[in-house]
Amino acid sequence: MAGARVIPLHDPERDAARRSRHVEVVPEPAQQQSETPDWERRLADLLSFARRRIAGDYQIDEFGFDRDLTENVLMPPLKPLYEKWFRVETIGLSNIPMAGGALIVANHSGTLPLDALMTSYGIASEHPAQRHMRMLGADLVFRTPLLGALARKSGQTLACNPDAERLLSSGELVGVWPEGFKGIGKPFKDRYKLQRFGRGGFVSAALKTGVPIIPCSIVGAEEIYPMIGDIKALARLFGFPYFPVTPFFPLLGPLGAIPLPSKWYIEFGEPIRTDVFGENAADDPMLVFNLTDQVRETIQQTLYRLLTQRRNVFLG
Amino acid sequence: MTPKVVLVTGVSRFLGGHLAARFAANPDIERVLGVDTEPPPRDLLRRMGRAEFVRADIRNPLIAKVISTANVDTVVHASVTANPAGPTGRTAMKEMNVIGTMQLLAACQKSPKVRKLVVKSTSAVYGSSSRDPAVFTEDMGPKDLPSSGYAKDAVEVEGYVRGFGRRRPDVDVTTLRFTNFIGPRIDTVLTRYFALPVVPTILGYDARVQLLHSEDALAVLERATLHDLPGVFNVGGDGVLLLSQAIRRAGRLNLPVPSMAVPTVGGFFRSARLVDFSPDQMRFLNWGRVVDTTLLKKEFGFTPRWTTQQAFDDYVNGRGLKPLIDPETIEAAERGILAVAARFR
Repeated sequence: MAGARVIPLHDPERDAARRSRHVEVVPEPAQQQSETPDWERRLADLLSFARRRIAGDYQIDEFGFDRDLTENVLMPPLKPLYEKWFRVETIGLSNIPMAGGALIVANHSGTLPLDALMTSYGIASEHPAQRHMRMLGADLVFRTPLLGALARKSGQTLACNPDAERLLSSGELVGVWPEGFKGIGKPFKDRYKLQRFGRGGFVSAALKTGVPIIPCSIVGAEEIYPMIGDIKALARLFGFPYFPVTPFFPLLGPLGAIPLPSKWYIEFGEPIRTDVFGENAADDPMLVFNLTDQVRETIQQTLYRLLTQRRNVFLG
Repeated sequence: MTPKVVLVTGVSRFLGGHLAARFAANPDIERVLGVDTEPPPRDLLRRMGRAEFVRADIRNPLIAKVISTANVDTVVHASVTANPAGPTGRTAMKEMNVIGTMQLLAACQKSPKVRKLVVKSTSAVYGSSSRDPAVFTEDMGPKDLPSSGYAKDAVEVEGYVRGFGRRRPDVDVTTLRFTNFIGPRIDTVLTRYFALPVVPTILGYDARVQLLHSEDALAVLERATLHDLPGVFNVGGDGVLLLSQAIRRAGRLNLPVPSMAVPTVGGFFRSARLVDFSPDQMRFLNWGRVVDTTLLKKEFGFTPRWTTQQAFDDYVNGRGLKPLIDPETIEAAERGILAVAARFR
């Protein structure tokens, strides 16, 4: 090795230097806490974030989840949508455990999966443990350029049993929308009617790993893009599962892509335990079907209850 | 049980050569035979010490004679490779990989002395697509079988190895599915790729890349040879890098290429003799691949010393790759901006 090379990334000396610099910087705002304006601290955060990104100095997990990027770049833009536009109210957040694996099962609606984004933002921002929900997405999501990469970076992975079980057994909070495209792309007249819950793959994943299933009912997402038609030919052309027609799309072009500001409620129900069924419970198809039905019924009943309590779609 | 006579294929390449050198340095092994079609480079030959080099083509039945006359009891098949010898080397590579393996296995089957076979395979056998689970375990198969190139060779090689295992149940067969190698000394398609001044990537995709330090690869092959550990094992470093992240860590600039233009760009890099990508390697750079190494740690009893990130950093430092913008400059700029900001307080 010719000469001592400058090791740009993990040189202990420079790391130490950086740390000591940190130490120099940290007490400064501590002394003048009142004098350091908020924007300046934010600027410092932003700069250090930019430095980490340029150097590639961050960690991702085996699924491709980039926590640094998710928390600093992907989550913040959802805040106004969550707080101001949909005014989301979460109920029963305490049903989500503080740690350990759990499977959140929710109804899917709204033409675009904003319900998934809002649920995951809600948990990340309002749950005391600020957990990141890892969602299971369709193959189409990961095949699509940009979207697929973003989905992986924000912690999503392919909806398949090996991935679900791996996430659950490593103690992650997993979100699943078992209705899939049938749920999200259903016509407006079928709103709040749950579709078939896949083949119950999510139940067998929960049974195998013994984690609780938390039914989640979302009210409000059905009205954001009322789908009154589906242009099958265009859907086939683009390879989409459906091509929505809403009162404003494609009539108003991009303007039609603005979701209607409905008032949302997201209720997390009582966890359903799956560790009481013994070792080979996942191999019992009847049990899997029954549990699937139980989860589906719970969500459907909660939806009806929330709907009767709601007086106005937009005001709540 | 320590083997007495070891035969290593592919010794003129990095892994085979260094492996033979390690065996030659082990006093418990009586004899080390290295086989390849061309002699190893001189520095490698020097490292190999007392190991004997046999210039033979494993595609030729002559190999059977070598195995039987030397009383070989352990065969390490490390010559299956992803790196074609030259621009026209694809066909030759396939011949070497597949026909060579067939001949070698036939020779092993004939020789009653052989009692252990270690095969260097690749995690490319899992394929790479958007419909794959995020992490492959040993019992998974590819969603669609690789149609060409190294991955297909490896699938076929593994098929022949399984057949051999059935016909000679007395032989311990260890199949090691390695992730991509990286390290300061090894030369692979990937090390050449990351050394390009501008690294082409596929627009809109960011592959998850798992790497294995070449020293860890050698250690795993050595352990498989010296101990009785039959089975199929994934071998890869802990942790994952995103392709974009790796490029940043190497201080390169990435050039996103729309997937439609990928074959053209790939062709350009091949004809410019920079990097020769096969279609399955392109797919790897598109979707990435991560394997589960629980079996390796629990059953095989080996934990890689380098994580993916450390192995990659070692490669970056070892090759002397310099970042485009010095990290010091960035930090200085950061401090400068903060100092200016403090003045506006």
